[in-house]
Amino acid sequence: MGKTLFDKIWDSHIVMSKPGHPDAVYINTHFIHEVTSPQAFDGLRKRGIPVFRPAKTRATADHNVPTQDQHLPIKEALSRLQVEMLTKNTSEFGVELYGLGHRFQGIVHVIGPELGITLPGMTIVCGDSHTSTHGAFGAVAFGIGTSEVEQVLATQCILQYKPKRMKIQVNGTLGKGVLSKDIILYIISKISASGATGYFVEYAGDAIRSLSMEARMTICNMSIEMGARGGLIAPDDITFDYIKGREFAPQGADWDKSLAYWKTLHTDNDAQFDKVLTFDAADIEPQITYGTNPGMGMGVTRHIPSLEQLEEKERPSFKKSLDYMELQPGSGLLGKKIDYVFIGSCTNSRIEDLRLVADFVKGKQKAADVVVWIVPGSKQVEAQAIAEGIDKIFAAAGFQLREPGCSACLGMNEDKIPAGMYCISTSNRNFEGRQGPNARTFLASPLTAAAAAITGRVTDVREMI
Amino acid sequence: MSKIFQHLVSTAVPVPIENIDTDQIIPARFLKATTRDGFGENLFRDWRYESDNTPKADFVLNNPVYSGQILVGGKNFGCGSSREHAAWAIGDYGFKVVVSSFFADIFKNNALNNFILPIQVSEDFLDKIFKAIESNPKAEIEVDLENQFIKIIASGEQENFDINQYKKTCLLNGYDDIDYLLSLRQEITQYETTREFNF
Repeated sequence: MGKTLFDKIWDSHIVMSKPGHPDAVYINTHFIHEVTSPQAFDGLRKRGIPVFRPAKTRATADHNVPTQDQHLPIKEALSRLQVEMLTKNTSEFGVELYGLGHRFQGIVHVIGPELGITLPGMTIVCGDSHTSTHGAFGAVAFGIGTSEVEQVLATQCILQYKPKRMKIQVNGTLGKGVLSKDIILYIISKISASGATGYFVEYAGDAIRSLSMEARMTICNMSIEMGARGGLIAPDDITFDYIKGREFAPQGADWDKSLAYWKTLHTDNDAQFDKVLTFDAADIEPQITYGTNPGMGMGVTRHIPSLEQLEEKERPSFKKSLDYMELQPGSGLLGKKIDYVFIGSCTNSRIEDLRLVADFVKGKQKAADVVVWIVPGSKQVEAQAIAEGIDKIFAAAGFQLREPGCSACLGMNEDKIPAGMYCISTSNRNFEGRQGPNARTFLASPLTAAAAAITGRVTDVREMI
Repeated sequence: MSKIFQHLVSTAVPVPIENIDTDQIIPARFLKATTRDGFGENLFRDWRYESDNTPKADFVLNNPVYSGQILVGGKNFGCGSSREHAAWAIGDYGFKVVVSSFFADIFKNNALNNFILPIQVSEDFLDKIFKAIESNPKAEIEVDLENQFIKIIASGEQENFDINQYKKTCLLNGYDDIDYLLSLRQEITQYETTREFNF
């Protein structure tokens, strides 16, 4: 019997597989950042051991950095200390760092792909759940905890039980104004925030195949929001064209050899999945979430479920969620006034996202009482946006283009949405307080967010394009 | 934090909410520390305290009636961010066991790596535990890792739970994953020589 893509990659990275034990899986690339690594380096110090393969770990500062005045010392003492600790640790243990001020600095899941570090067939981990992003290249990539970061630093391996395999097939063609973000929000709304727990997902079907690499990354990025261990897409010419020529991509004979291998990375026709789900792209309209987990989403023209539509035992958590959002069961969101727009995060902060938003807002003005933050995913994205004049379009529209970082996706730095305010956000989580204490988040695509920036309200972007 | 877990009899603290994500367990703004200590004081911070830091009287951790080393949560406990700080906060507060009908994968690993036992029970049994605590906040729960059961002592109702044998051995004896992986260094180096690619 044939193998799935996931099995091919996983099985070729097993260092040790013993009955009753988790597999010891070799890791090709390990990304680290300032928030989930300090305790791991401390662990190495306590054991008196070095980083086993320092060249296979790359570091950046992203979660806890300011997105204004990055050339100045970080004002907030604890944040400064944490970023300085990363500099100290990477220097002491010989790990390459793209810190603040470096031309490669940026959100870890943006810079890996754009630098050609992320490649098909790799195993990739990082102490961040959105590591699933890298699966877009046909890599087995997943988020880990700090104890596991320490395992990888110490041994270049991780102990893991092999997850089950799920295929999610999306057939057909996307409608006008519908982006890859809408595909993944739609899937999560159908299968819930725990619908893929225990599985590694492969996305397939012509609606997926037709997407650019950056759009594919948005889909794989949110795999974790339905509980999946990770999500991947088989590499193809779109993947290879994207990688070729990037800073750290293989070159010359190395490229040819790699390419030959990458072309074998697909699921065999007779391979078996533990679960298969199929969706039709034509059913997907621009999406928006209304609740406090990413599974609580719907088409932008739809209504929030009423209590009667839910099973009795689901009602208390549902009600708590809507109380937090100050929304009524059964109501619609179109026309709902919003206060903030955040376009950024490892989900939607790449150059294509910024181009799409710039094309849409060119010649338009933001609504007067809305604050709009555009936070590019990396220094390279920022530089490209400036080179293309996108910064001027944003300035003319009244949007603030800030400096790279995770920013208001998780509100670790000062980029917090004030209490009680509504933010339409291109990020990945609408949890209570995620964007700041008592902030309320509507997750949506960059286009839907841009439309709201102009109208000041939740808007069906299809009526504006 | 104790590096061994074998057996426990304790009262339990109920949080009967589904999809408790790790941002609720420990909000991101408290992740700036560079050590593993002290996260317990911010466990469930925004459910536990008002913005002016006064305790919210209706949250269970502020109700002196409830106490114990067992935390009981609704379905899909620990979803969201991979932050191990969530497990550290739960452990630092004094919990040794978390019970739910369903756990997110990364949280489960993080808990086990910190010698906190995540016990997945059936929805029915979870309801029974919540009801037992509701009718008597001092109801005791017994957890036996060796024999893999959890029991409501007053009623005698019990359920067996699954745990993989490797992790069970680690918890019973205080072994951690790095000890095991370090013992494989020769195999790891050998594996590296078989890789055809320099990535």
